Amino acid sequence: MSAESPEPASADEQKEMEDKVISPEKAEEAKLKARYPHLGQKPGGSDFLRKRLQKGQKYFDSGDYNMAKAKMKNKQLPTAAPDKTEVTGDHIPTPQDLPQRKPSLVASKLAG
Amino acid sequence: VAEADIISTVEFNYSGDLLATGDKGGRVVIFQREQENKSRPHSRGEYNVYSTFQSHEPEFDYLKSLEIEEKINKIRWLPQQNAAHFLLSTNDKTIKLWKISERDKRAEGYNLKDEDGRLRDPFRITALRVPILKPMDLMVEASPRRIFANAHTYHINSISVNSDHETYLSADDLRINLWHLEITDRSFNIVDIKPANMEELTEVITAAEFHPHHCNVFVYSSSKGTIRLCDMRSSALCDRHSKFFEEPEDPSSRSFFSEIISSISDVKFSHSGRYMMTRDYLSVKVWDLNMENRPVETYQVHEYLRSKLCSLYENDCIFDKFECCWNGSDSAIMTGSYNNFFRMFDRNTRRDITLEASRESSKPRAILKPRKVCTGGKRKKDEISVDSLDFNKKILHTAWHPMENIIAVAATNNLYIFQDKIN
Repeated sequence: MSAESPEPASADEQKEMEDKVISPEKAEEAKLKARYPHLGQKPGGSDFLRKRLQKGQKYFDSGDYNMAKAKMKNKQLPTAAPDKTEVTGDHIPTPQDLPQRKPSLVASKLAG
Repeated sequence: VAEADIISTVEFNYSGDLLATGDKGGRVVIFQREQENKSRPHSRGEYNVYSTFQSHEPEFDYLKSLEIEEKINKIRWLPQQNAAHFLLSTNDKTIKLWKISERDKRAEGYNLKDEDGRLRDPFRITALRVPILKPMDLMVEASPRRIFANAHTYHINSISVNSDHETYLSADDLRINLWHLEITDRSFNIVDIKPANMEELTEVITAAEFHPHHCNVFVYSSSKGTIRLCDMRSSALCDRHSKFFEEPEDPSSRSFFSEIISSISDVKFSHSGRYMMTRDYLSVKVWDLNMENRPVETYQVHEYLRSKLCSLYENDCIFDKFECCWNGSDSAIMTGSYNNFFRMFDRNTRRDITLEASRESSKPRAILKPRKVCTGGKRKKDEISVDSLDFNKKILHTAWHPMENIIAVAATNNLYIFQDKIN
């Protein structure tokens, strides 16, 4: 029995292989796409920009919080997830989730 | 490292005698250069702490559920007009004008109060005296003279004092506002790139600066690697640029990273006003204001990172915003890199050098040794390989004395001041 030889690469695939050799940037892009196949399917620019514009956003609904406190008398609520970067209406916020007021400020160490 | 101590901005004043730093904790520390002193010749040029104050505090905008960091994004000095010094400092939302003044005399011999401040009974006073001024230990006081608030929906990335010394601009991701230094309750919007539908947002403003001599001209850079020059004489709202600077890109070399690494993190006019310099992730470019279609000079800062873009994207380093600066005569430029390295380029000789700002590599008054990154193959002795670079040690902020070869380099929470060897 004869071993089957691999299909010849199409022109596109060949160009991509050439690119990887010529351009380190394209090789890096291929690496990234391999790790995160869903990346870049939406326009990349808008994702980064929206994240940038939303910096500092924290969510807290006092209504949800008080309702949850009232409900807690009846049953035990699940503890807050360890990842507390986004607290929205679905997740019942606990005092630990709320943004902390920073502690009293001390002098800069550069000031000696 | 205490996060509050991380230095977020460094700026010399116009004479170079004062050096201001701002940090993540909202504090400003000002250093002053020591006067020449014959009895201590080697202390000439040393910078010592002059004043320190809390410029901004953390805030929480309850209406928008927005946490406002106290981190000082930029400090810009005003030209000195009297004995006091003035600077503008800004966090993400509020700009403040600070007055730093010296007090070395105090009055004694008041009529209405005792030396310890207690009020005297006016009916007991039988004679009047003239208070006299007596010298006292130097006290440096900082006081906020103006607070310019509530003009930015997005995060302020730049402030720039105009050459008219009366106005200044502040830029956030989507808008640029023009202020008068005396007026805090009003500012004019001069650039607005916010699209009607935020889904259509494709680029943001990354930096802005006024021209050093022409008070009607300013530039702003974008996340897409373009610079727009605007002339305020042409219209009140400068949404239409007068000049558009962009380097053509080879479409075949485009990758997922192209736009991210082309984003301009800093733009600075030369002192002459003829050129401007932009910093993107891997390079520094010098542009001639008379030529819009490409830069006149391009300097590679750390080209070896191009083959590391995947991991630099994963650890977010690809979004680091490096600044750049000119020397006083515009003959050299400087910018930072990773591993506490910073780079200087001589525009005339085209020579470049990599130096390191770290305690281990330099003792006070020792000459800095040039560093080299090994990009592949055999690593020579004293070279460091790309994989050994510490990407947490980034030099984002540097400043060059306006007239002399003295540089200030911020390495995370440490400030280094280097100068030319004194003969």
